Amino acid sequence: MREKKPRNGLLIDYEFCTGCKACVVACAQEYGWPAGQGGMRVTEILQELPKGRGYLSFLPFPTESCVLCAGRTRKGLKTACEQHCLAAVIRHGPVQELAREMERKPRMVLWAPR
Amino acid sequence: MSESGVKRVRTTSWSAGPGCHGGCGVVATVKDGRLVKLEGDPEHPWNQGRLCSRALAMTQYVHHPDRLRTPLKRAGERGEGKWEAISWEEAYDLIEARMKAIRDEHGPESFLFTIGTGRDIYPWISLLAYTYGSPNIVFGLSGNSCYATRISACKMVQGDYMVFDAAQWFPDRYDDPRWVQPECIVIWGYNIPASCPDNLFGHWIVDLMKRGTKIVTIDPRLSWFASRSEHWLQLRPGTDAAIAMGFLHVIVNEGLYDCAFVEKWTNAAHLLRTDTGRLLRESDLRAGGATANFVAWDAVRSAPAVWDAASQAYPAGAQPLLEGTCEVALADGGRVACETVWTAFRREVDRYPLDRVAEITMVPAEQVREAARFYAKAKPAAIHWGVPIDMTPNMTPTAHALAALWCITGNLDVPGGNVLARFAFNAVAYALPGTKSVFAPSAEAEAKRIATDRYGIFKKFSLRAQTDVTLEQIFTGEPYPIKGMWMAASNLIGGLGQDPKRWVEALKKLDFVVAVDLFHTPSTQLADVVLPAASFLEKDGVRSWWVPLQTINKAMTVEGCKPDIEIGFELARRFDPGFQWESIHDLLDDILKPSGMTFGELQEKGWAFPPEGHPSAPYRRHEKGLLRPDGTPGFCTPSGRVELYSTLREEWGLEPFPIFEEPPLSPLSRPDLAAQYPLILSTGRRSPVLYHTEHRQIPWLRALDPDPIVEIHPATASEHGIGAGEWVWVENSFGKALFKAKVTLEVPTWMVMAAHGWWFPEEPGAEPSLHGAFRSNANNLLPMGYQGKDGQGAPIKHGLCRVYKATPEDVIHA
Repeated sequence: MREKKPRNGLLIDYEFCTGCKACVVACAQEYGWPAGQGGMRVTEILQELPKGRGYLSFLPFPTESCVLCAGRTRKGLKTACEQHCLAAVIRHGPVQELAREMERKPRMVLWAPR
Repeated sequence: MSESGVKRVRTTSWSAGPGCHGGCGVVATVKDGRLVKLEGDPEHPWNQGRLCSRALAMTQYVHHPDRLRTPLKRAGERGEGKWEAISWEEAYDLIEARMKAIRDEHGPESFLFTIGTGRDIYPWISLLAYTYGSPNIVFGLSGNSCYATRISACKMVQGDYMVFDAAQWFPDRYDDPRWVQPECIVIWGYNIPASCPDNLFGHWIVDLMKRGTKIVTIDPRLSWFASRSEHWLQLRPGTDAAIAMGFLHVIVNEGLYDCAFVEKWTNAAHLLRTDTGRLLRESDLRAGGATANFVAWDAVRSAPAVWDAASQAYPAGAQPLLEGTCEVALADGGRVACETVWTAFRREVDRYPLDRVAEITMVPAEQVREAARFYAKAKPAAIHWGVPIDMTPNMTPTAHALAALWCITGNLDVPGGNVLARFAFNAVAYALPGTKSVFAPSAEAEAKRIATDRYGIFKKFSLRAQTDVTLEQIFTGEPYPIKGMWMAASNLIGGLGQDPKRWVEALKKLDFVVAVDLFHTPSTQLADVVLPAASFLEKDGVRSWWVPLQTINKAMTVEGCKPDIEIGFELARRFDPGFQWESIHDLLDDILKPSGMTFGELQEKGWAFPPEGHPSAPYRRHEKGLLRPDGTPGFCTPSGRVELYSTLREEWGLEPFPIFEEPPLSPLSRPDLAAQYPLILSTGRRSPVLYHTEHRQIPWLRALDPDPIVEIHPATASEHGIGAGEWVWVENSFGKALFKAKVTLEVPTWMVMAAHGWWFPEEPGAEPSLHGAFRSNANNLLPMGYQGKDGQGAPIKHGLCRVYKATPEDVIHA
């Protein structure tokens, strides 16, 4: 029996995502998406904390159109979003490996869009 | 070339395209002459493969259907939107004839050359202006309020500019053993994720945060940094100097300063006369004494000790008194009581106890104290500042106070601190205040530069005309008439100039206007001739803005378009019979001469870092005698020391110590206006996908930031019946503009933040629309003519306004 291929995903360190949206346009360029579509969205989250404090976060979210840059990664390249992320908060790899990485640091999210 | 017809070109991004101050290494993939992809260069030490949305959208930019692709000559009235396509040769001939006629009749100074933000355009517009004979290069913001003013202020205080240290001086960056990680960075009015100003890659600070650097944020907005700061001081806009004075108050009175640096490297020990309030000079002590030499009190001999500015030394054995008073015998037989600069500086600082600072800034005293201690105790620590420092009439004293902070805490030119920034290898393409490029105006022309007679700091450091005075001179014709303007990527109407309708009137008064740009803008619509410019991918060039030294390498051409360097070169050749360069590459070789490399040789390398021991490589250059032309240790200031008391401000008749002054259009200075317009209006927050007035026509980018936004606190919005996403008018005594409300906790209840640079390329170019230039233009609410006392800075970040819901009729267009 052939061994099942490990599932790949994207590990996002949202503590340091600054909302620059390079991932969105990197994906649009890679696949020629029309404006407004693409494999990545970035959501702004403004949390209201006690004592009137606010906390601004951004969260990149791979959409239904994300193909995890299978063509690029096969060639040994990073995904378009991982390479260009200005804050270097996106990591592509096997889900199991990335999950171990999550043990080390809080404020991470692991996506397995495919 | 890996496949047929496909080439990959490694180059440096700078200017038209991403629009920013550049520096990123990129790889362009070009197939059959078309750009098919632009990516970050993983091998480049600056960005390590990373790249912003604006650069990643270059395929939509370069091949955009609206790009100008042929020179245009005005066919109807100015602003009527009627154009006739002409050839480059016709355009050059027409421009040459018209500009020469103006020069012959009115003198070359009557022609202005305007530019926008810091691009690879400034060198070529300098080449053009100076060979034509005009000294009047103009930057459109009131008070010249962007960056150059901070540079001039820094030159005044410490002789050189400086930036935070993210190991950018070394090819191996954070791994270089010479570098030390900053323990703390104070981010002073700067939202780095959205832009990379000042020749820095904004996200270097994020790299440092991941490595453990702690952040202090000074910002009225809850920025991304503010959320993640050890200390966030949410100050009232325009009161930055008061926060800085509060910091100095804590640091000086709690003894948190670096005493050795203050004694040795500042002018703290120099004596001030208590009768005149001015510095005591050797010429006061004896006939024939030098006015350039200052005096300290020698504690050993209880006598004056002359600071010899030429040798940068006191007499042997002298121990200058740092703090206290003394009485000195003068050449005229009299005696005068003196005190040290440090004593007077402490008194100035003591005028800002924290309860007063809190009253001015709206930041609780305890927060200021804790943040000041945190900064002062962190070693090393850096401060990085943004345009709010420039965008206030009190700008030079604010910069002076901040410079005093990093100097007296011993953070100047040390690893991980505020490191002096010079052009790599001293090769200067784009001259900034206080530096010289290979192009210079003649002395005769320079004497006529607008407002240098009025403003000492402009005469001494700046290379530009003062903007507000220039605009007035267009109308008054005094002291000489202004007849023409060359605008290169300078959208005066669409976002750069305050009071844009006044700028329209000004343009219409001129006899001849040339605009050079990549797309039509509200400003190009008012020109007589429009020339289609090239993006950074379509030209050769060099970049030496700090380090490294890099080449820009032509990857492709777009038919009909020409780079600014070529346009400048061709016309300069026509204007100046003695023009000295044979070709553009000759010119680039000349610029690069101090590096010992030719353009071709540097192009082979891609980038080069100045070696240790070179004046453009850190650290502690003042100790090694690397800064001053005479090779003595010290700084490039009149005294050779960091000037806590500014010799030049004394000479110019301005406050020689840093001070806070209330902004001119604030609730405190104008309670009459505040009664009608109770909210503080701030503008200019950066978008991560749009650069100033650009990119509104790039689909990928516009989709991410589609509308002009005003940020309003939920409580304020509710008070005015404004819902999220509704269109509102922002209005004050100068004008009004239409914005879409973003109801958000990012701003305090008492302030709104209106986006700048908004016009609508999709709307008609002809008047009265001018691409919708006046509908959502934040500059409608900002005046010209409120510049600082030294001509630097203007109230751009702190006006007054009210907001109210727009009617459905108002919104039809929007």
